[in-house]
Amino acid sequence: MKKDEVPQDTSNLETAKMKELCYAVDENGSYTTVNSSGWKPKTIALSQAIEEINERIEAARKRVLNNETSPIEYYMEYHKMDPSILASYVNMWSCQVKRNFKPSIFKRLPRKTLQKYADAFDISLEQLKDITKHGN
Amino acid sequence: MEINFTHHQTAHCENGVISNLMKHHGFEISEPMAFGIGSGLLFCYIPFLKVNHAPALTYRAMPGFIFKRFAKRVGIDIKREKFKNPEDAKARLDANLENDNPVGLQVGVYNLSYFPDEYRFHFNAHNLIVYGKEDNTYLISDPVMETVTTLTAKALERVRFAKGPFAPKGHMYYPIAFPESLDIEKAIVKGIKHTCRDMLAPMPVLGVKGMRHVAKLIRKWPKKHGVKKANHYLGQVVRMQEEIGTGGGGFRYIFAAFLQESSGVLNNQKLAELSKEMTIIGDLWRDFALDASRIYKNRSAKTDAYNNVASQLEVIADKEKVFFKSLKKAIK
Repeated sequence: MKKDEVPQDTSNLETAKMKELCYAVDENGSYTTVNSSGWKPKTIALSQAIEEINERIEAARKRVLNNETSPIEYYMEYHKMDPSILASYVNMWSCQVKRNFKPSIFKRLPRKTLQKYADAFDISLEQLKDITKHGN
Repeated sequence: MEINFTHHQTAHCENGVISNLMKHHGFEISEPMAFGIGSGLLFCYIPFLKVNHAPALTYRAMPGFIFKRFAKRVGIDIKREKFKNPEDAKARLDANLENDNPVGLQVGVYNLSYFPDEYRFHFNAHNLIVYGKEDNTYLISDPVMETVTTLTAKALERVRFAKGPFAPKGHMYYPIAFPESLDIEKAIVKGIKHTCRDMLAPMPVLGVKGMRHVAKLIRKWPKKHGVKKANHYLGQVVRMQEEIGTGGGGFRYIFAAFLQESSGVLNNQKLAELSKEMTIIGDLWRDFALDASRIYKNRSAKTDAYNNVASQLEVIADKEKVFFKSLKKAIK
Protein backbone atom coordinates (compact mmCIF):
# COMPACT_ATOMS: atom_id res chain seq x y z
CA MET A 1 0.00 0.00 0.00
CA LYS A 2 1.35 3.42 -0.97
CA LYS A 3 1.05 6.42 1.29
CA ASP A 4 -1.59 8.09 -0.86
CA GLU A 5 -3.58 4.84 -1.11
CA VAL A 6 -4.29 4.71 2.62
CA PRO A 7 -8.09 4.85 2.70
CA GLN A 8 -9.72 7.95 4.18
CA ASP A 9 -13.37 6.88 4.16
CA THR A 10 -15.83 8.07 6.78
CA SER A 11 -16.43 5.43 9.44
CA ASN A 12 -17.60 4.82 12.99
CA LEU A 13 -14.22 6.03 14.20
CA GLU A 14 -15.41 9.56 13.58
CA THR A 15 -17.83 9.49 16.51
CA ALA A 16 -14.90 9.00 18.88
CA LYS A 17 -12.71 11.51 17.02
CA MET A 18 -10.30 8.69 16.46
CA LYS A 19 -7.98 7.79 13.61
CA GLU A 20 -6.10 4.56 13.26
CA LEU A 21 -2.51 4.12 12.23
CA CYS A 22 -1.60 2.32 9.01
CA TYR A 23 1.74 1.35 7.54
CA ALA A 24 2.44 2.37 3.94
CA VAL A 25 5.37 3.15 1.66
CA ASP A 26 6.33 6.67 0.59
CA GLU A 27 7.65 7.91 -2.81
CA ASN A 28 11.10 6.40 -2.10
CA GLY A 29 9.72 3.03 -1.13
CA SER A 30 10.45 3.59 2.58
CA TYR A 31 7.88 2.53 5.16
CA THR A 32 6.11 5.24 7.07
CA THR A 33 2.90 5.56 9.09
CA VAL A 34 -0.26 7.35 7.99
CA ASN A 35 -3.45 7.99 9.93
CA SER A 36 -6.58 6.60 8.35
CA SER A 37 -10.14 7.70 9.07
CA GLY A 38 -11.47 4.28 8.03
CA TRP A 39 -12.01 1.91 5.15
CA LYS A 40 -15.40 1.14 3.65
CA PRO A 41 -15.16 -2.68 3.34
CA LYS A 42 -14.34 -2.81 7.04
CA THR A 43 -17.03 -0.33 8.04
CA ILE A 44 -19.66 -2.38 6.23
CA ALA A 45 -18.48 -5.58 7.93
CA LEU A 46 -18.62 -3.86 11.30
CA SER A 47 -22.04 -2.27 10.83
CA GLN A 48 -23.46 -5.59 9.63
CA ALA A 49 -22.10 -7.27 12.74
CA ILE A 50 -23.76 -4.57 14.87
CA GLU A 51 -27.01 -4.98 12.92
CA GLU A 52 -26.88 -8.70 13.60
CA ILE A 53 -26.47 -8.06 17.32
CA ASN A 54 -29.38 -5.62 17.31
CA GLU A 55 -31.55 -8.25 15.65
CA ARG A 56 -30.60 -10.73 18.36
CA ILE A 57 -31.46 -8.20 21.08
CA GLU A 58 -34.82 -7.43 19.48
CA ALA A 59 -35.64 -11.13 19.09
CA ALA A 60 -34.74 -11.77 22.73
CA ARG A 61 -36.85 -8.79 23.85
CA LYS A 62 -39.91 -10.15 22.06
CA ARG A 63 -39.40 -13.59 23.52
CA VAL A 64 -39.17 -12.16 27.03
CA LEU A 65 -42.41 -10.24 26.54
CA ASN A 66 -44.05 -13.46 25.28
CA ASN A 67 -42.77 -15.23 28.37
CA GLU A 68 -40.68 -17.64 26.27
CA THR A 69 -37.40 -16.75 27.93
CA SER A 70 -36.23 -14.85 30.99
CA PRO A 71 -34.89 -11.28 31.02
CA ILE A 72 -31.42 -12.73 31.54
CA GLU A 73 -31.21 -13.72 27.90
CA TYR A 74 -32.27 -10.26 26.78
CA TYR A 75 -29.64 -8.53 28.94
CA MET A 76 -27.03 -11.06 27.85
CA GLU A 77 -27.65 -10.23 24.19
CA TYR A 78 -27.78 -6.52 25.00
CA HIS A 79 -24.28 -6.74 26.47
CA LYS A 80 -22.97 -8.68 23.44
CA MET A 81 -22.34 -11.71 25.65
CA ASP A 82 -22.91 -15.41 25.15
CA PRO A 83 -23.80 -17.89 27.93
CA SER A 84 -20.17 -18.74 28.62
CA ILE A 85 -19.05 -15.12 29.00
CA LEU A 86 -22.05 -14.35 31.19
CA ALA A 87 -21.34 -17.47 33.25
CA SER A 88 -17.84 -16.23 34.03
CA TYR A 89 -19.22 -12.87 35.20
CA VAL A 90 -21.68 -14.51 37.62
CA ASN A 91 -19.41 -17.39 38.67
CA MET A 92 -21.62 -20.18 37.40
CA TRP A 93 -21.51 -22.85 34.72
CA SER A 94 -22.93 -21.90 31.35
CA CYS A 95 -25.47 -24.72 31.58
CA GLN A 96 -26.77 -23.13 34.80
CA VAL A 97 -27.04 -19.79 33.02
CA LYS A 98 -28.94 -21.40 30.16
CA ARG A 99 -31.27 -23.05 32.66
CA ASN A 100 -32.00 -19.63 34.15
CA PHE A 101 -33.34 -18.55 30.77
CA LYS A 102 -36.46 -20.59 31.55
CA PRO A 103 -39.13 -18.17 32.87
CA SER A 104 -40.43 -20.73 35.40
CA ILE A 105 -36.94 -21.22 36.85
CA PHE A 106 -36.10 -17.52 36.70
CA LYS A 107 -39.15 -16.75 38.87
CA ARG A 108 -37.87 -19.04 41.62
CA LEU A 109 -34.29 -17.74 41.66
CA PRO A 110 -33.08 -16.55 45.07
CA ARG A 111 -32.38 -12.88 45.55
CA LYS A 112 -28.65 -13.55 45.84
CA THR A 113 -28.46 -15.09 42.37
CA LEU A 114 -30.55 -12.32 40.88
CA GLN A 115 -28.23 -9.77 42.45
CA LYS A 116 -25.25 -11.45 40.76
CA TYR A 117 -26.93 -11.03 37.38
CA ALA A 118 -27.93 -7.46 38.16
CA ASP A 119 -24.33 -6.63 39.07
CA ALA A 120 -23.00 -8.25 35.91
CA PHE A 121 -25.36 -6.13 33.81
CA ASP A 122 -24.90 -3.03 35.98
CA ILE A 123 -28.66 -2.65 36.55
CA SER A 124 -31.10 -2.72 39.50
CA LEU A 125 -33.09 -5.79 40.57
CA GLU A 126 -36.31 -4.13 39.35
CA GLN A 127 -34.77 -3.66 35.92
CA LEU A 128 -33.59 -7.26 35.90
CA LYS A 129 -37.11 -8.52 36.61
CA ASP A 130 -38.81 -6.20 34.16
CA ILE A 131 -37.04 -5.38 30.91
CA THR A 132 -39.45 -2.55 30.12
CA LYS A 133 -37.67 -0.62 32.88
CA HIS A 134 -34.34 -0.94 31.09
CA GLY A 135 -33.56 2.65 30.16
CA ASN A 136 -30.79 1.90 27.63
CA MET B 1 1.38 12.50 40.18
CA GLU B 2 2.42 12.22 36.57
CA ILE B 3 5.42 10.38 35.18
CA ASN B 4 7.28 12.15 32.40
CA PHE B 5 6.16 9.81 29.62
CA THR B 6 5.91 10.33 25.86
CA HIS B 7 2.97 8.78 24.06
CA HIS B 8 3.48 7.50 20.51
CA GLN B 9 0.52 6.17 18.57
CA THR B 10 1.05 2.72 17.08
CA ALA B 11 -1.08 0.42 14.96
CA HIS B 12 -1.28 -2.45 17.43
CA CYS B 13 -1.65 -2.31 21.20
CA GLU B 14 0.82 -4.98 22.27
CA ASN B 15 3.65 -3.81 20.01
CA GLY B 16 2.80 -0.29 21.05
CA VAL B 17 3.16 -0.99 24.75
CA ILE B 18 6.53 -2.69 24.14
CA SER B 19 7.78 0.11 21.90
CA ASN B 20 6.56 2.91 24.18
CA LEU B 21 7.93 1.32 27.36
CA MET B 22 11.29 0.63 25.69
CA LYS B 23 11.49 4.22 24.45
CA HIS B 24 10.67 5.43 27.95
CA HIS B 25 13.65 3.46 29.26
CA GLY B 26 15.94 4.89 26.60
CA PHE B 27 15.92 2.17 23.92
CA GLU B 28 14.75 3.20 20.45
CA ILE B 29 12.58 0.25 19.46
CA SER B 30 10.04 0.87 16.71
CA GLU B 31 6.68 -0.85 16.56
CA PRO B 32 7.58 -3.07 13.56
CA MET B 33 10.81 -4.08 15.35
CA ALA B 34 8.87 -5.15 18.46
CA PHE B 35 6.37 -7.02 16.27
CA GLY B 36 9.00 -8.80 14.17
CA ILE B 37 11.33 -9.78 17.01
CA GLY B 38 8.33 -11.04 18.97
CA SER B 39 7.23 -13.10 15.92
CA GLY B 40 3.82 -11.46 15.86
CA LEU B 41 2.84 -12.45 12.33
CA LEU B 42 0.65 -15.50 12.00
CA PHE B 43 -2.38 -17.01 10.41
CA CYS B 44 -4.41 -19.39 12.49
CA TYR B 45 -7.92 -20.73 12.23
CA ILE B 46 -9.31 -21.73 15.63
CA PRO B 47 -11.82 -24.51 14.93
CA PHE B 48 -13.57 -24.81 18.29
CA LEU B 49 -13.83 -21.16 19.21
CA LYS B 50 -16.63 -18.87 18.12
CA VAL B 51 -16.36 -15.11 18.41
CA ASN B 52 -19.59 -13.16 18.03
CA HIS B 53 -21.26 -16.32 16.78
CA ALA B 54 -18.81 -16.78 13.89
CA PRO B 55 -15.66 -18.89 13.50
CA ALA B 56 -12.55 -17.36 15.00
CA LEU B 57 -9.34 -16.79 13.14
CA THR B 58 -6.35 -14.67 13.88
CA TYR B 59 -3.61 -12.97 11.91
CA ARG B 60 -1.21 -12.62 14.82
CA ALA B 61 0.36 -14.49 17.71
CA MET B 62 -1.51 -15.22 20.96
CA PRO B 63 -1.97 -12.20 23.23
CA GLY B 64 1.08 -11.72 25.43
CA PHE B 65 3.37 -13.90 23.32
CA ILE B 66 4.85 -11.03 21.32
CA PHE B 67 6.09 -9.27 24.46
CA LYS B 68 7.27 -12.50 26.06
CA ARG B 69 9.35 -13.49 23.03
CA PHE B 70 10.61 -9.97 22.48
CA ALA B 71 11.83 -9.73 26.09
CA LYS B 72 13.55 -13.09 25.96
CA ARG B 73 15.25 -12.41 22.64
CA VAL B 74 16.66 -8.98 23.44
CA GLY B 75 17.48 -9.99 27.02
CA ILE B 76 15.28 -7.80 29.18
CA ASP B 77 13.52 -9.04 32.31
CA ILE B 78 9.81 -8.48 32.66
CA LYS B 79 7.95 -8.59 35.93
CA ARG B 80 4.39 -9.85 35.62
CA GLU B 81 1.73 -9.78 38.30
CA LYS B 82 -1.81 -11.10 38.36
CA PHE B 83 -4.30 -10.58 41.16
CA LYS B 84 -7.31 -12.23 42.72
CA ASN B 85 -8.37 -9.16 44.55
CA PRO B 86 -9.00 -5.78 42.84
CA GLU B 87 -7.78 -3.85 45.92
CA ASP B 88 -4.37 -5.54 45.78
CA ALA B 89 -4.20 -4.86 42.05
CA LYS B 90 -4.89 -1.17 42.65
CA ALA B 91 -2.38 -0.94 45.52
CA ARG B 92 0.41 -2.49 43.42
CA LEU B 93 -0.38 -0.18 40.51
CA ASP B 94 -0.30 2.88 42.78
CA ALA B 95 2.99 1.78 44.33
CA ASN B 96 4.58 1.55 40.87
CA LEU B 97 3.31 4.97 39.89
CA GLU B 98 4.74 6.37 43.17
CA ASN B 99 8.08 4.93 42.06
CA ASP B 100 7.90 6.75 38.73
CA ASN B 101 7.45 3.44 36.92
CA PRO B 102 4.91 3.41 34.06
CA VAL B 103 3.35 -0.07 33.72
CA GLY B 104 1.61 -2.06 31.04
CA LEU B 105 -1.84 -3.47 31.79
CA GLN B 106 -3.90 -6.12 30.06
CA VAL B 107 -7.53 -5.03 29.90
CA GLY B 108 -10.91 -5.95 28.44
CA VAL B 109 -12.27 -3.73 25.69
CA TYR B 110 -15.99 -4.01 26.47
CA ASN B 111 -16.00 -1.39 29.21
CA LEU B 112 -13.30 0.83 27.75
CA SER B 113 -15.26 4.07 27.76
CA TYR B 114 -13.09 6.02 25.33
CA PHE B 115 -13.48 3.42 22.53
CA PRO B 116 -16.26 3.91 19.95
CA ASP B 117 -19.30 1.83 20.98
CA GLU B 118 -19.13 -0.26 17.81
CA TYR B 119 -15.68 -1.50 18.74
CA ARG B 120 -16.56 -2.59 22.25
CA PHE B 121 -16.68 -6.36 22.22
CA HIS B 122 -15.75 -8.88 24.91
CA PHE B 123 -12.14 -8.96 23.82
CA ASN B 124 -9.85 -9.24 26.83
CA ALA B 125 -6.38 -8.93 25.41
CA HIS B 126 -6.06 -5.22 24.87
CA ASN B 127 -2.98 -3.50 26.29
CA LEU B 128 -2.36 0.01 27.57
CA ILE B 129 0.09 1.92 29.75
CA VAL B 130 -0.72 3.79 32.96
CA TYR B 131 1.69 6.68 33.51
CA GLY B 132 0.15 8.63 36.37
CA LYS B 133 -2.75 9.36 38.67
CA GLU B 134 -4.55 12.57 39.54
CA ASP B 135 -7.02 12.32 42.43
CA ASN B 136 -9.08 9.29 41.51
CA THR B 137 -8.32 9.33 37.80
CA TYR B 138 -5.60 7.37 36.06
CA LEU B 139 -3.58 8.81 33.18
CA ILE B 140 -3.66 6.35 30.30
CA SER B 141 -1.50 5.99 27.23
CA ASP B 142 -3.42 3.64 24.94
CA PRO B 143 -1.12 2.93 21.98
CA VAL B 144 -3.92 2.77 19.40
CA MET B 145 -5.26 6.21 20.36
CA GLU B 146 -3.84 9.38 18.83
CA THR B 147 -3.39 11.09 22.19
CA VAL B 148 -3.32 10.17 25.87
CA THR B 149 -6.57 9.68 27.76
CA THR B 150 -7.88 8.96 31.28
CA LEU B 151 -9.95 6.40 33.16
CA THR B 152 -11.54 6.70 36.61
CA ALA B 153 -10.39 4.23 39.27
CA LYS B 154 -13.73 2.43 38.99
CA ALA B 155 -13.57 2.21 35.20
CA LEU B 156 -10.01 0.95 35.32
CA GLU B 157 -10.96 -1.75 37.82
CA ARG B 158 -13.79 -2.89 35.55
CA VAL B 159 -11.53 -3.33 32.54
CA ARG B 160 -8.72 -4.94 34.55
CA PHE B 161 -11.13 -7.50 35.95
CA ALA B 162 -13.15 -8.18 32.81
CA LYS B 163 -14.30 -11.80 32.59
CA GLY B 164 -14.53 -14.34 29.79
CA PRO B 165 -11.83 -15.84 27.53
CA PHE B 166 -8.32 -14.46 28.30
CA ALA B 167 -9.63 -12.75 31.46
CA PRO B 168 -6.85 -10.33 32.45
CA LYS B 169 -7.13 -10.87 36.24
CA GLY B 170 -5.54 -7.48 36.80
CA HIS B 171 -2.48 -8.50 34.77
CA MET B 172 0.24 -5.84 35.14
CA TYR B 173 3.73 -5.98 33.62
CA TYR B 174 6.84 -3.85 33.31
CA PRO B 175 10.53 -4.29 32.51
CA ILE B 176 12.80 -4.50 35.56
CA ALA B 177 16.26 -5.19 34.16
CA PHE B 178 18.01 -4.26 30.93
CA PRO B 179 21.28 -5.51 29.46
CA GLU B 180 23.89 -2.83 28.71
CA SER B 181 23.12 -3.02 25.05
CA LEU B 182 20.39 -4.94 23.30
CA ASP B 183 21.50 -7.73 20.99
CA ILE B 184 19.14 -6.68 18.22
CA GLU B 185 20.82 -8.55 15.34
CA LYS B 186 20.49 -11.97 16.95
CA ALA B 187 16.99 -11.18 18.14
CA ILE B 188 15.88 -10.28 14.60
CA VAL B 189 17.18 -13.56 13.21
CA LYS B 190 15.43 -15.54 15.95
CA GLY B 191 12.21 -13.63 15.38
CA ILE B 192 12.25 -14.24 11.64
CA LYS B 193 13.09 -17.95 12.00
CA HIS B 194 10.20 -18.45 14.39
CA THR B 195 7.74 -16.69 12.06
CA CYS B 196 8.89 -18.81 9.10
CA ARG B 197 8.43 -21.94 11.19
CA ASP B 198 4.89 -20.95 12.21
CA MET B 199 3.82 -19.97 8.72
CA LEU B 200 5.18 -23.14 7.12
CA ALA B 201 4.05 -25.44 9.95
CA PRO B 202 2.70 -28.83 8.89
CA MET B 203 -0.51 -28.21 10.82
CA PRO B 204 -3.87 -28.01 9.08
CA VAL B 205 -5.03 -24.82 10.79
CA LEU B 206 -1.78 -22.90 11.06
CA GLY B 207 0.06 -20.61 8.66
CA VAL B 208 -0.15 -21.23 4.93
CA LYS B 209 -2.02 -24.51 5.45
CA GLY B 210 -4.53 -22.68 7.65
CA MET B 211 -5.27 -20.27 4.80
CA ARG B 212 -5.96 -23.15 2.44
CA HIS B 213 -8.18 -24.73 5.08
CA VAL B 214 -10.21 -21.51 5.46
CA ALA B 215 -10.44 -21.16 1.67
CA LYS B 216 -12.01 -24.62 1.54
CA LEU B 217 -14.48 -23.68 4.26
CA ILE B 218 -15.42 -20.45 2.45
CA ARG B 219 -16.41 -22.47 -0.62
CA LYS B 220 -18.78 -24.51 1.52
CA TRP B 221 -20.34 -21.69 3.57
CA PRO B 222 -23.16 -20.54 1.25
CA LYS B 223 -24.51 -24.06 0.76
CA LYS B 224 -23.98 -25.21 4.29
CA HIS B 225 -25.17 -22.16 6.22
CA GLY B 226 -27.32 -20.10 3.85
CA VAL B 227 -26.88 -16.48 2.74
CA LYS B 228 -27.15 -14.74 6.05
CA LYS B 229 -24.77 -16.83 8.09
CA ALA B 230 -22.26 -17.20 5.26
CA ASN B 231 -22.11 -13.43 4.86
CA HIS B 232 -21.76 -12.97 8.60
CA TYR B 233 -18.85 -15.42 8.66
CA LEU B 234 -17.14 -13.73 5.72
CA GLY B 235 -17.60 -10.34 7.37
CA GLN B 236 -15.85 -11.66 10.44
CA VAL B 237 -12.85 -12.80 8.35
CA VAL B 238 -12.51 -9.25 7.03
CA ARG B 239 -13.01 -7.68 10.45
CA MET B 240 -10.26 -9.80 11.99
CA GLN B 241 -7.96 -8.90 9.11
CA GLU B 242 -8.54 -5.17 9.06
CA GLU B 243 -9.51 -4.49 12.70
CA ILE B 244 -7.92 -1.54 14.48
CA GLY B 245 -4.43 -2.61 15.36
CA THR B 246 -3.51 -4.57 12.28
CA GLY B 247 -1.95 -1.63 10.44
CA GLY B 248 -3.89 -2.92 7.42
CA GLY B 249 -3.64 -6.14 5.43
CA GLY B 250 -3.72 -8.45 8.45
CA PHE B 251 -0.40 -7.18 9.89
CA ARG B 252 1.39 -7.85 6.58
CA TYR B 253 2.40 -4.18 6.15
CA ILE B 254 3.86 -3.97 9.66
CA PHE B 255 5.86 -7.10 8.90
CA ALA B 256 7.09 -5.58 5.64
CA ALA B 257 8.19 -2.47 7.58
CA PHE B 258 10.04 -4.76 10.00
CA LEU B 259 11.90 -6.48 7.16
CA GLN B 260 12.86 -3.14 5.67
CA GLU B 261 14.25 -1.89 9.00
CA SER B 262 16.00 -5.23 9.60
CA SER B 263 17.63 -5.09 6.19
CA GLY B 264 19.41 -1.94 7.37
CA VAL B 265 20.36 -3.36 10.78
CA LEU B 266 21.69 -6.65 9.40
CA ASN B 267 23.02 -5.08 6.22
CA ASN B 268 21.11 -7.68 4.23
CA GLN B 269 19.84 -6.49 0.85
CA LYS B 270 17.75 -9.62 0.37
CA LEU B 271 15.48 -8.56 3.27
CA ALA B 272 14.77 -5.22 1.57
CA GLU B 273 13.64 -7.09 -1.54
CA LEU B 274 11.49 -9.42 0.53
CA SER B 275 9.97 -6.40 2.24
CA LYS B 276 8.74 -5.22 -1.15
CA GLU B 277 7.39 -8.69 -1.82
CA MET B 278 5.49 -8.65 1.48
CA THR B 279 3.99 -5.26 0.63
CA ILE B 280 2.59 -6.79 -2.55
CA ILE B 281 1.16 -9.69 -0.53
CA GLY B 282 -0.40 -7.15 1.85
CA ASP B 283 -2.07 -5.51 -1.15
CA LEU B 284 -3.47 -8.92 -2.16
CA TRP B 285 -4.99 -9.30 1.31
CA ARG B 286 -6.60 -5.88 0.87
CA ASP B 287 -8.02 -6.93 -2.53
CA PHE B 288 -9.37 -10.07 -0.90
CA ALA B 289 -11.11 -7.96 1.78
CA LEU B 290 -12.51 -5.62 -0.85
CA ASP B 291 -13.99 -8.46 -2.92
CA ALA B 292 -15.34 -10.18 0.19
CA SER B 293 -17.01 -6.91 1.22
CA ARG B 294 -18.79 -6.75 -2.15
CA ILE B 295 -20.40 -10.10 -1.34
CA TYR B 296 -21.73 -9.19 2.09
CA LYS B 297 -22.64 -5.67 1.03
CA ASN B 298 -25.00 -7.01 -1.61
CA ARG B 299 -26.17 -9.72 0.77
CA SER B 300 -25.73 -12.24 -2.00
CA ALA B 301 -24.56 -15.80 -1.63
CA LYS B 302 -23.66 -16.58 -5.22
CA THR B 303 -21.48 -19.64 -5.04
CA ASP B 304 -19.35 -18.12 -7.81
CA ALA B 305 -18.49 -15.13 -5.70
CA TYR B 306 -17.58 -17.31 -2.74
CA ASN B 307 -15.44 -19.53 -4.93
CA ASN B 308 -13.77 -16.45 -6.30
CA VAL B 309 -12.65 -15.07 -2.91
CA ALA B 310 -11.63 -18.58 -1.83
CA SER B 311 -9.39 -18.80 -4.89
CA GLN B 312 -7.90 -15.43 -4.03
CA LEU B 313 -7.05 -16.75 -0.58
CA GLU B 314 -5.41 -19.81 -2.14
CA VAL B 315 -3.29 -17.58 -4.36
CA ILE B 316 -2.17 -15.64 -1.28
CA ALA B 317 -1.36 -18.93 0.47
CA ASP B 318 0.82 -19.99 -2.49
CA LYS B 319 2.62 -16.65 -2.50
CA GLU B 320 3.22 -16.72 1.25
CA LYS B 321 4.57 -20.23 1.03
CA VAL B 322 7.17 -19.17 -1.52
CA PHE B 323 7.80 -16.00 0.45
CA PHE B 324 8.54 -17.65 3.80
CA LYS B 325 10.72 -20.28 2.17
CA SER B 326 12.93 -17.59 0.64
CA LEU B 327 12.86 -15.57 3.87
CA LYS B 328 14.18 -18.61 5.71
CA LYS B 329 17.03 -18.83 3.22
CA ALA B 330 17.75 -15.10 3.36
CA ILE B 331 18.80 -15.17 7.03
CA LYS B 332 20.87 -18.33 6.95
